Amino acid sequence: MFEWLSDLTGNQILAAFISAALPVAFIVPFVIFAVWLERKVSAHMQDRLGPMRVGWHGWLQTIADFFKLIQKEDIVSSEVDKKFFNMAPYLVFIGSYAVYAALPFSNSYIGSNIDLGLFYIIAVSGLVVAGILMAGWASNNKYSLYGAMRSAAQIVSYEIPTALVILAMVMFTGTLSLAKLSDLQTSSFWNWYIFGGPDWGWSKLLVLPFMLVAFLLFYISSLAEVNRTPFDLPEAESELVAGYHTEYSGMKFAMFFLSEYGNMFAVSAIASVLFFGGYQSPIGYIGNSLGISWLVPFEQVFWFASKGIFFVFVQMWLRWTLPRVRVDQLMTLCWKYLIPYAFVNLIIIGIISLI
Amino acid sequence: MALKTEELVLNMGPQHPSTHGVLRLELELEGEVVKNVKPHLGYLHRCFEKHAEAMTYPQVIPYTDRMDYLASMYNNFGYVVAVEKLLGIQVPERVEYIRVIMGELQRIASHLVALGTYGLDIGAFTPFLYCFIDREKILNLFEITCGARLLYNYMWVGGLSHDIHPDFVRLTKEFIPYFRPRIKELNDLLTFNKIFIERTANIGVLPVDTAINYGASGPVLRGSGFRWDLRKNDPYSIYDRFDFDIPVGQGLVGTVGDCWDRYYVRVQEMEQSLRIIEQAIDNIPDGDVQSAIPKRIKPPKGMVYSRVENPKGELGYFIISDGSTSPFRVKVRAPSFVNLSVLGEMSKGHLVADVVAILGSIDIVLGEVDR
Repeated sequence: MFEWLSDLTGNQILAAFISAALPVAFIVPFVIFAVWLERKVSAHMQDRLGPMRVGWHGWLQTIADFFKLIQKEDIVSSEVDKKFFNMAPYLVFIGSYAVYAALPFSNSYIGSNIDLGLFYIIAVSGLVVAGILMAGWASNNKYSLYGAMRSAAQIVSYEIPTALVILAMVMFTGTLSLAKLSDLQTSSFWNWYIFGGPDWGWSKLLVLPFMLVAFLLFYISSLAEVNRTPFDLPEAESELVAGYHTEYSGMKFAMFFLSEYGNMFAVSAIASVLFFGGYQSPIGYIGNSLGISWLVPFEQVFWFASKGIFFVFVQMWLRWTLPRVRVDQLMTLCWKYLIPYAFVNLIIIGIISLI
Repeated sequence: MALKTEELVLNMGPQHPSTHGVLRLELELEGEVVKNVKPHLGYLHRCFEKHAEAMTYPQVIPYTDRMDYLASMYNNFGYVVAVEKLLGIQVPERVEYIRVIMGELQRIASHLVALGTYGLDIGAFTPFLYCFIDREKILNLFEITCGARLLYNYMWVGGLSHDIHPDFVRLTKEFIPYFRPRIKELNDLLTFNKIFIERTANIGVLPVDTAINYGASGPVLRGSGFRWDLRKNDPYSIYDRFDFDIPVGQGLVGTVGDCWDRYYVRVQEMEQSLRIIEQAIDNIPDGDVQSAIPKRIKPPKGMVYSRVENPKGELGYFIISDGSTSPFRVKVRAPSFVNLSVLGEMSKGHLVADVVAILGSIDIVLGEVDR
């Protein structure tokens, strides 16, 4: 993408700027859509209608809210540590935004097609923890601090099962590049790694159940990493009011909100790349059958976004169904169940990929 | 070298999402473990008892509405029973039946709020709205009867403010078969949810002797396994005519007297209330609901203590009469207030999240705690 743009514009800096700005053009509309979707999903699950007044079925509601948030007073309490307090929301946003740089939206658009894509994503998403800790500490509020401490403990713990599952996938596929992972699962949904990958034979049947386990482990721990129910302890409203962003208002709060929804899509997208073929269509491309080759990348973006949004929908579904676990149960689940299972799964998938 | 540590004091409330009103809890924490809980009350104190001294007997009734505003019918019920006892009057059968039906509908409505907000405390949002949809149906029944949805002023000394609406019996009969499956739905969604059980079983265990020592009553006492319900143990009105059970905590998923037991007692009580309504609704005798209302309420000198089983527990009214038209003294034994005193005992050694679960399982209404 970057090469193509620099050829087109003849200016490397401009090309870099455009390709860095493109994910924002995706994140902001996505968040606006996802917040609306969350409201609608929760409303219909709870036998209500949800927003109905602003636009058709309230689809403009989030945009109206966005303008409201921009106009709000930016309250900074006199007791806060101003430097960190102001920095934290942007750091959190950078953490979730940086992940988008390596997400393969289609085979012709990847912000940065680096070979260590998966590794990079695990690394930069760690920035979110620093931002949350900073927000909690700088707010000078006990509830915020509790939220931040919980969040740090939670994200750091749950990175381990996530990384172990990713490691298993890397051993099985032999690549860390997200684009290559997607390319491997081409042509039909039967080639997706959730169904054992593209290699036909008895090893596909053998690895299939373990791939299902790997996916479940990955999905559960990714829920915890993005602080969604049943693991939404850092912002557990019935205990900690709003957790680490209790003291934030206006646009700074909106930044936290933006990065939360951005993260939700990011983990869903990684799950779809690892197990569900990423941008690959499950049924073939209309562009190919019609002979219009420029249509294919757009279809790929469509499939990528739909798969991501499907998993975001599942996250919402869980949120409006389940209660919240307690902080010690959260750690028990991670250290006593997820990590051992992920280890065993890693070893088995490793052995299968050897033979 | 040991690092210097100190306990963290966390003020929970008066503005907090899950203190169920303006209750302030002072938590002494060690990490997330609670060392001590001090409840601070009085943020909603409105001098109900003192006000009552300046009012005539019927004028006190609207004030009772505002104590436990989720169970206003039952507050009326308790007060009028007490004054009638003081006056020594008998109310017509029709009034008794309607009072019992209203009281039991109110019990279901109050328990629905308790269960729904309890789910909310644990982090499940959806059951809360399911419960409120059902509560809405009950409020509609109240609305067609007396025009009000929250504060009814419905039961008067010696009678009722309005007779029931011609449709009331039909609508109530429709409500019962509608509501039974909804209880099952609530059980599927929340009660037997694995995470919910993990959060509430073995948490805030209240041994039965401690419960009795603190004077706890209602679902808090019954959750500890003690079969004590004033409708059976000290029957008032016409409760002795109906056939119903008193559910008690059995430790189905944890220890007897834990948060889950208190929660589940409420679920089962809703079914028992439906049974009472079913028995009463077909037998409402004809008559005038206002015939026994005295023209002027002027009880003889004396005092009376009368208690009823409110959705929250034993609601007692102690009234001293000096022979004039207004009471000399009214004292309310508010179940929420007494039950709240057990909180400290139950929360020690648990986590902050458990304090929320324990407080929710007591089901307090601050209007009644502070009066």
